[in-house]
Amino acid sequence: MSIKDIFATMEYGPAPEDPRPALDWLERRGRRFGHFVGGDFVPPAEGGFFRTINPATGEELAEIARGSAADVDAAVAAARAAQPAWEALSGFERARHLYALARHLQKHSRLFALLETLDNGKPIRESRDIDIPLAIRHFYHHAGSARLLESLVPGGVPWGVAGQIIPWNFPLLMLAWKVAPALAAGNTVVLKPAEQTPLSALRFAEACREVGLPEGVVNIVTGDGETGALIVAHDGVDKIAFTGSTDVGRRIREVTAGTGKGLTLELGGKSPFLVFDDADLDSAVEGVVDAIWFNQGEVCCAGSRLLLHEPVAEDFLRRLEARMETLRVGDPLDKAIDIGAIVSAEQKARIEAFIREGEAEGGEIRQPDIALPNAGFFCRPTLVTGLDTASRLMQEEIFGPVLVCTTFRTPDEAVMLANNTRYGLAAAVWSENINTALDIAARLEAGVVWINGTNMFDAAAPFGGRRESGFGREGGVEGIREWLRPAVEAEAGEAAPPAPFRGREPAVPAVPGMIDKTVKHYVGGRQVRPDSGQSLPVFDKDGGLAGHVGRGNRKDMRNAVEAARKAQPGWAAAPGHLRAQILYYLAENLDALGTDIAARLAAHTGRSALSAEEEVAVAIERLFGWAARADHHDGAVRDVPLRGVALAMRIPQGVIGALAPAEAPLLGAISLIGPALATGNALVLVPSEAFPLVIRDLTILAESSDIPPGVLNMVTGRHEELAPVLADHHDVHALWHFGDPALDAEIERRAAASLKRTWVSCGKARDWFGPAGEDAAFLHHASDTKTVWIPWGA
Amino acid sequence: MVRPASPTVNPPAPLARNEGMDLDAALIRHARVNRSAVERRTATLGGRRTVKKAWQAAWLLKAVTLIDLTTLAGDDTPDRVRRLCAKAGRPVRPDILAALGADDLGITTAAVCVYHEMVPAAVAALEGTDIPVAAVSTGFPAGLSPFRLRVEEIRESVAAGAREIDIVISRRHVLTGDWQALHDELCTFREACGPAHMKAILATGELGTLTNVRRASLVAMMAGADFIKTSTGKERVNATLPVSLVMMRAIRDYAALTGFKVGFKPAGGISTAKDALAWLILLREELGRRWMEPDLFRFGASSLLADIERQLEHAATGRYSAFWRHPAA
Repeated sequence: MSIKDIFATMEYGPAPEDPRPALDWLERRGRRFGHFVGGDFVPPAEGGFFRTINPATGEELAEIARGSAADVDAAVAAARAAQPAWEALSGFERARHLYALARHLQKHSRLFALLETLDNGKPIRESRDIDIPLAIRHFYHHAGSARLLESLVPGGVPWGVAGQIIPWNFPLLMLAWKVAPALAAGNTVVLKPAEQTPLSALRFAEACREVGLPEGVVNIVTGDGETGALIVAHDGVDKIAFTGSTDVGRRIREVTAGTGKGLTLELGGKSPFLVFDDADLDSAVEGVVDAIWFNQGEVCCAGSRLLLHEPVAEDFLRRLEARMETLRVGDPLDKAIDIGAIVSAEQKARIEAFIREGEAEGGEIRQPDIALPNAGFFCRPTLVTGLDTASRLMQEEIFGPVLVCTTFRTPDEAVMLANNTRYGLAAAVWSENINTALDIAARLEAGVVWINGTNMFDAAAPFGGRRESGFGREGGVEGIREWLRPAVEAEAGEAAPPAPFRGREPAVPAVPGMIDKTVKHYVGGRQVRPDSGQSLPVFDKDGGLAGHVGRGNRKDMRNAVEAARKAQPGWAAAPGHLRAQILYYLAENLDALGTDIAARLAAHTGRSALSAEEEVAVAIERLFGWAARADHHDGAVRDVPLRGVALAMRIPQGVIGALAPAEAPLLGAISLIGPALATGNALVLVPSEAFPLVIRDLTILAESSDIPPGVLNMVTGRHEELAPVLADHHDVHALWHFGDPALDAEIERRAAASLKRTWVSCGKARDWFGPAGEDAAFLHHASDTKTVWIPWGA
Repeated sequence: MVRPASPTVNPPAPLARNEGMDLDAALIRHARVNRSAVERRTATLGGRRTVKKAWQAAWLLKAVTLIDLTTLAGDDTPDRVRRLCAKAGRPVRPDILAALGADDLGITTAAVCVYHEMVPAAVAALEGTDIPVAAVSTGFPAGLSPFRLRVEEIRESVAAGAREIDIVISRRHVLTGDWQALHDELCTFREACGPAHMKAILATGELGTLTNVRRASLVAMMAGADFIKTSTGKERVNATLPVSLVMMRAIRDYAALTGFKVGFKPAGGISTAKDALAWLILLREELGRRWMEPDLFRFGASSLLADIERQLEHAATGRYSAFWRHPAA
């Protein structure tokens, strides 16, 4: 085209980035890659190779080894062999390695950016300006984490060997999110990149070698989902971290159920993007562009549900449609392209099927009139209006450049619609009113909320989901914590919980003629009889009948969870000071009634009076500890590159179910009530199965201590009958179990359905009388982190 | 002087002149601008759009045609202004234009911009060309001389042959929120301009917030401004991309509201070819192709042209150029 012609049209013209450095590298490597195990590239033991292609052209880029069981075994063995020495290095020494990796990525940033774009199809602009700089930032930040590890997470020890499975949408960035914190904490790694996008990980393997990372600290096994499954199921892997689809995450939860493996899941989303009538509409339109047309919409936290305040809905859509016309779709190597290629033909077909379905449901499909390249897998940016909440497009993650839209009338309705989803990853709130923006941010069920912005990330800011978007956090000290566990937990021996006493036949009261004391459930602030009309006998150590407790059933659990669900928001909204006051009051009353309670405890458990008194005394101290944390366990402001703040807010899990241990019937229950209530959760507690009569004293304490109705609920019964109900219940957000390890696998398998957070003892002992009874794990499991990004600028 | 060859590219259809409207106070009050988001947009745009090779050369030639070649110094003399006018008529060396295949595009700058006292010299020097003379006016740059004299200054510059008048607004009306006073003042100026086009300089560096920039932009357009312009070049902060984005969006909204297309002129501190491309990219993205013509966009600049000339010589020859190789303005 002549300059004169261009002068008339003022078109942009091509601005190609030269891919040669990446193609040359592929050539030098013979366009064929083995696994990276023990510091060397090794050919696959069996299973051969598969192809990775450039989705923008369909051309093959290289052949990649398909990981078999033997390959995974070798990688895990290499990681295991390397782990003790890696953990034994000082924080400074590990920091030097991570720093060297950061420097290496920086020095070769162009090559990494090219590989990412060739393999994934994302615009070179995004690889160059977002993916690679953020990956580098993660290695720098976590070099710092390694150096400061002991002060950041006191008493933490690494899990050991980490199995890490990452997706294709941000290949190197997800690698960095996984590898950097795991290494900083002293773990060694077996990583599997996605089969669609293995190249940057393989180039990273070279980096590990070139910076002199000890052999076996990072191992990379390539392959598809089957290889991933081998890593997940491998006995030699101590902790799994997975980023990918909710369906696969669920399967991983099921497979690892009851194994005691650590698990972090970063899964799908259907994140809301809320625009209020007092927003800067043009800026919000740009926000939408960055929310759903960033990375072709192949982003777990993509703002894919646009919620518009009715007064501005029409105006906003007019602006948005005009903006869509200026989006440029095409060759991802072109520096002025907004939307590149979809990663694969399958993904493109899936996206298009969704669009057709939306159309069939009566949705109005709006796409700009722009040309697409002939080869490769490209999709037009798409806006779908006119759908109702029941539409699959409004509910399911599409993972493509498709935005759905609906309207709201009031802030309450905005929150209701935003939270009307199984997911809870991210959200964006656009309003120039600080009251509106922060109030909505606080009420959104999401791990990350961006105010007047979207898709902002940083290594210092925790990222991760709620609900079926997974659990665990990446980034910040929260992210580091996922790669450590309390030393007491790692070193704990096998548990030997006491069994309930058996009774003589016939069961007669231990003290003939005593007044019967009926022990009921405690639900919604009231003592209620068991729905079943059935009671379970409880015996003392001599086989005499000590009393009866209700035999809780499904309905009792349902009612208890219902009461908890209703009470929880108010409890969470109460100031920490109030929660502290109530826990102190509980301690006060326990102290006042302590002598009698200790006597009953001794009689009930057959332990010495001294031991029972000690249990009461420690329980009082423990309550003081949790009362104190109620207004000390606050959030943090994170140093992110932003004029403004990123708040790492502590939020409760919601409704927690807990099955209390038998070793210390009172102290065990108090040790669970304390953290759950202190951090704003409502609790459904199933007291110790062996010594359930403690519910009577706990009920009296609860009733006399101003605990709001529903915040603490207690149901006695057989744990094997009640645990599955709690594990299945979609309105229970976390489930704790300290007891029979045979139940753990079932709990975690069932919990997979709602991806609720589980904490099970896996047969490990816990010293409830010592520091292990209130260590960092309790806070970790009772609370979650919500990161709120708040830019400002007058 | 040599008359430039008549252009072979058809100029766009002439626009209806902005008639203005009554002050819509509610619209002004409800202005919302999120500074962080605006800055994010302008900071990332440079990475999202670029023009290379022939496209870059064409865009730079276009930039030349959008320049209000300006001298606003206390030591301006008629000869100095004549030299500037000559440069306006032949802004790029003919051999460079020929090498680029652009010698028949009729490349001139959009206008020459001077103080009132220099208007006669400029008009005389530009006689026989289509290049208009623009005069800064109304007590430029502070706009604090008696109102009557400011209005009279416009009339005298128009009488002297200025076809464009760059007026300055009273910043105090913005800072005190007296939108009616601002509207009244600008309506009076516009009336005084008569057939001459009015460019309203908002002096955005003195308005305090981007929200005020948006409000002042809307009031100026409601008062009938043909162009809104960022700065006098004399403020501490002059044209910036965030301010420009806010003004462009205001122009877009005003066009949607009234149907009138109003022009935009960033001025002050735009001195490199790279800057010029950044502004043109922002313009194309936010307002579209139609605005990339002299009737809707101007660069207020004195040293920008020299840098563009160097880049054009590089485009023509592949060699990096030097300032002294191009005739001085």
